[in-house]
Amino acid sequence: MTTEHSPLAIWIIFVAAGLATYLIRLSFIPIIGKVDEVSPRIKGVLRFIPAAVFAALVLPLFLSVSVSPQTMPVITYEPAELLAGSVAAIVAWRTKNIVATITVGMMILWGMQIII
Amino acid sequence: MVGMSLLLFSGAAQLAVIDLIGQNAPVAVVIVTAIIINIRHIMYSASIAPYFRRFDTATKWVAAYFLADEIYAVSITEYRDPVTELRSHKLFYFGAATAFFTTWLSSTTLGVVLGANLPSGLSLEFAIPLTYLALLFSVLDDQSTEIAALVGGAVAVLASSVPLNLGLVIAASTGIVAGVVIDIRGGQFPKVDGTDGPDAERSSTTEVGEE
Repeated sequence: MTTEHSPLAIWIIFVAAGLATYLIRLSFIPIIGKVDEVSPRIKGVLRFIPAAVFAALVLPLFLSVSVSPQTMPVITYEPAELLAGSVAAIVAWRTKNIVATITVGMMILWGMQIII
Repeated sequence: MVGMSLLLFSGAAQLAVIDLIGQNAPVAVVIVTAIIINIRHIMYSASIAPYFRRFDTATKWVAAYFLADEIYAVSITEYRDPVTELRSHKLFYFGAATAFFTTWLSSTTLGVVLGANLPSGLSLEFAIPLTYLALLFSVLDDQSTEIAALVGGAVAVLASSVPLNLGLVIAASTGIVAGVVIDIRGGQFPKVDGTDGPDAERSSTTEVGEE
């Protein structure tokens, strides 16, 4: 991995993100005797976080929109990656199995790289 | 990398952090992104906390460190299963944690040792989007979460040129709002764990993909 960040900056990221993650995980565990339950309204909102975040992480890795003042916005993608990703998505949907999803996706990507 | 695995102990956030560091995103943006990705652990903490009620304080604080997706998933499934009677919530949790933690650390170490020698022509970095895909589909429980994902993903694509990688924050927030709106319109807000909503009985029989 090449980066312009200094080792110190990278360690600051790791420590800060790690500490925040720990505090998030801890949040309700010590206080559950005092506060009985998280409000259902909050839970009703929180339940969408994983789906929204993972989708927002993954889709731009396959599709991107390039905007320029002269032309209409154009959707760009790598055909081999998009095909491999689409088939892997079907596998993920059907099996909910991480290993199967990665295996099928990589096989198709490699197959396409050989063909093209 | 091994240090990161120890400090973060969170696959999805670690992948995003590596990705953003590689793109030279500002330090604050990387940290905020990791927090956004891991904010879902609040739900895990809230839902598993009652089962930890009888642990002593030190055990609770140690247990919190291990509350990663997989350990939470196997533990909460076991705790909620009315058939199996667990002799010890503590032993089950720390057993799962030990198995997952040692696998995670040894795999990371292996990756550090072997990673640099792997040929780049294999496009192994493509495993990262594939992993996110698998994680994404494992959290789609019903139509509202599917719409939250669809909206979040679409906005993320459109917002990908927004500076400082803020597109992710905008997209995820929009997706969450979309999901909540769908639940409110369907008269099933707040829906919790697929059972606690006001229309829980009706919704659990009409929806596909309920576990």
